[in-house]
Amino acid sequence: MSVPSVFPQLEQLLPRISKPIQYVGGELGAVVKDWDSATVRWALMYPDAYEVGLPNQGVQILYEVLNELPDVLAERTYAVWPDLERLMREHGVPQFTVDAHRPVGAFDLLGVSFATELGYTNLLTALDLAGIPLEARDRTTDHPVVVAGGHAAFNPEPIADFVDAAVLGDGEEAVLEITGIVRAWKAEGSPGGRDELLLRLARTESVYVPRFYDVDYLPDGRIQRVVPNRADVPFRVHKRTTMNLDEWPYPKRPLVPLAETVHERYAVEIFRGCTRGCRFCQAGMITRPVRERSITTVGQMVKEGLEFSGFSEVGLLSLSSADHSEIGDICSGLADQYQGTNVSLSLPSTRVDAFNITLAQELSRNGRRTGLTFAPEGGSERIRKVINKMVSEEDLIRTVVTAYSNGWRQVKLYFMCGLPTETDEDVLQIARLAHEVIRAGRAATGSKDIRCTVSIGGFVPKPHTPFQWASMCSPEVIDDRLRKLKAEINSDRSLGRAIGFRYHDGEPSLIEGLLSRGDRRVGAVIRRVWEEGGRFDGWSEHFSYQRWVDAAAAVLPGFGVDLDWYTTRERDETEVLPWDHLDSGLDKDWLWQDWQDSLSEYEQDDCRWTPCFDCGVCPAMDTEIQIGPTGRKLLPLTPVTSAR
Amino acid sequence: MQRIRIRYAKRGPLRFTSHRDFARAFERAVRRAGVPIAFSQGFTPHPKISYASAAPTGVASEAEYLEIGLQATADPVAVRASLDAALSPGLDVVEAVEARPGTSLADRIDASAWRIELPGVKPDTLGQAVAAFTAAGEVLVERLTKQGRRTFDTRGAVAAISVISESAAPSEVTGIPCAILDLVVRQVTPSVRPDDVLAGLRVVADLEPPVPPRATRLAQGTLTAQGAIVDPLEADRDETPIGER
Repeated sequence: MSVPSVFPQLEQLLPRISKPIQYVGGELGAVVKDWDSATVRWALMYPDAYEVGLPNQGVQILYEVLNELPDVLAERTYAVWPDLERLMREHGVPQFTVDAHRPVGAFDLLGVSFATELGYTNLLTALDLAGIPLEARDRTTDHPVVVAGGHAAFNPEPIADFVDAAVLGDGEEAVLEITGIVRAWKAEGSPGGRDELLLRLARTESVYVPRFYDVDYLPDGRIQRVVPNRADVPFRVHKRTTMNLDEWPYPKRPLVPLAETVHERYAVEIFRGCTRGCRFCQAGMITRPVRERSITTVGQMVKEGLEFSGFSEVGLLSLSSADHSEIGDICSGLADQYQGTNVSLSLPSTRVDAFNITLAQELSRNGRRTGLTFAPEGGSERIRKVINKMVSEEDLIRTVVTAYSNGWRQVKLYFMCGLPTETDEDVLQIARLAHEVIRAGRAATGSKDIRCTVSIGGFVPKPHTPFQWASMCSPEVIDDRLRKLKAEINSDRSLGRAIGFRYHDGEPSLIEGLLSRGDRRVGAVIRRVWEEGGRFDGWSEHFSYQRWVDAAAAVLPGFGVDLDWYTTRERDETEVLPWDHLDSGLDKDWLWQDWQDSLSEYEQDDCRWTPCFDCGVCPAMDTEIQIGPTGRKLLPLTPVTSAR
Repeated sequence: MQRIRIRYAKRGPLRFTSHRDFARAFERAVRRAGVPIAFSQGFTPHPKISYASAAPTGVASEAEYLEIGLQATADPVAVRASLDAALSPGLDVVEAVEARPGTSLADRIDASAWRIELPGVKPDTLGQAVAAFTAAGEVLVERLTKQGRRTFDTRGAVAAISVISESAAPSEVTGIPCAILDLVVRQVTPSVRPDDVLAGLRVVADLEPPVPPRATRLAQGTLTAQGAIVDPLEADRDETPIGER
């Protein structure tokens, strides 16, 4: 049964909305396949606006991996803005894919990638527009199986009622396995209906199906236990890890949009995972171990990706790109190859050391100089020990001064506010650091024409990190500290003039905190917020703190808990956390020990360069650290005049 | 420096491409196609691409024009084919010719021919609206421009307006009967666009199309005294030397 395109109906609405091009598709790299000859059909969603969702690497990789299979069809869908949502409801146009404009409700699977919890309300909009019942238990074999992925899927409990399944970890092999199961089940004539399909997925031990688990609560509101409600599903569900990234060189055919998006570049992941051990960083905890892509694969991907896309910018991505064992050779090799071509190279630089500046200089040989960002994260040495960000004040100042001396006029310094054990003093230290940076920079360059921007993000404790037990600061405390910090920065007018100050207020962080560490009871809050009009919560112009506070106050007391209980309350060692049955590989005892070390300001080294400290991931997941050096260079090199 | 003038089309769904979107896509296409584009001097060099007036977002076009400067000589026929292949289908490079010395593209464009499909509008109704528009000495409409809300005349810029005869044919898009309007509009400031003329028809005759009309630019060029539009690339084509026109 063929599925007609909804484009003729949609087309009538497009002249009446802003930026219609984002709903039209037609990207380079987009694939439109015949509906009837596909046996398994995926709709892949990034639950944010097209301009943010299109560049997402995860979706692009899965889109390509799936479409390479001859009998599988994958299309993409994104959150529609409220102007189009209103018209779609008025004219009965369903949530559609941008590739062939097929209704999302007609697909076998809807895979949704959650980089952040603030996309949850957009999931509900998409389900509703697609005609898919919001609650998974109301769905039939006529509806897609809704699968959550991405980092937020490491605690999918707040959306457990709305998704049929969640996949933890790397998606490349997981989508292939799920596809195989769906293919076989359909070929057998869909025996046992939706329940049987979900059961087959759950039995892989790497697909979490919330409906097969019951959550019991203690009288005080804490979780008593989470247990399977049937005999044949595993007690714990494990994350997936893709090993040997050289065998998975995606994206090969990056999507090139016509619409303007947040990143216009060919992005290549130079490694996955990070063991720097920053205690606030969920990405660094859940993506272990470090797996490098080799210098030769990186070079090949950049070459082919640029030829295919016509992009003029390359981003070398990872959680800490300067840590690649051959980053120096990668940077100089690429800089050689693209010298004089107007291709610009960028390295998201967060590591605070002079080596980073050497790399940045290498990459800017073409004349385009990208900004330098350093992330000391904490203002005082003490708090940096708490979060395990091993940077001394001396290092930081030396690094920034080196940047100024090498011609950078402006650097950006990134910090967090609201960290565990933090006091006003720790935050005020940021101002003194910034003053010192400007003072030293002026002395070194003899120029007053240097600036730094201090950018502050609110700390949100995340599952599967040593801070998963920590209490959050209230928004009032955060806002008060930021006010004091601003005053302190401007207390010296000469220095303060050279310092920019950017921050977010504490309220959105608190809601992110509720969603990050929430359990199934939080689902009712999400639903209520959505019903009250909550959309695009990651956008300050759409986010309403009051709407979340009101919904929490309306829903949570019925369960004997409240917003503070989820956010500003510290958990103790024995508490069952909502995600304990979801296995990121990290040993809970190790995480607790690291949390205790944090409180005693004791630092933890990186296992790439020091012996294993038994975080538990490699043995639990049967993985290993995969790093170079390979000793190879990028070939062919453009001849350079000065011999090295 | 060799200069090549290009006519391109914006068709089907990709008519929703804005001019900025097209410009980015075209720069990427130049890189993908390996066209030896010349760059401006300076700290941030820009590729030498200049555009003649672009059709509004959402309006299809068979006749958009741009000019590129090359640092090495290339065959316009090959440049056309490679650029067309490098752009998404729907953004189509129709023709490329080497520029001859003389007038610029902009000097050769002072009017556009548009065709507007109005699904759900009866040709007779449209005919009456057009008659009222033609009879008026001035038809003022309002539009939000970058300078704020502006009121301007649409009648003066319209050199020709007619309902075309095969109008009763159902629209290929919606399947419902559809009136078709042909327009020739002079380039003036502020520009008078197809939707401004439709706004004018609303002012003079309360014409309210039930679904959004679909406009296509059919041609751009110099408007002759006889009302024809002269193709701006004509003067550059080999087989029609300038002197013989």
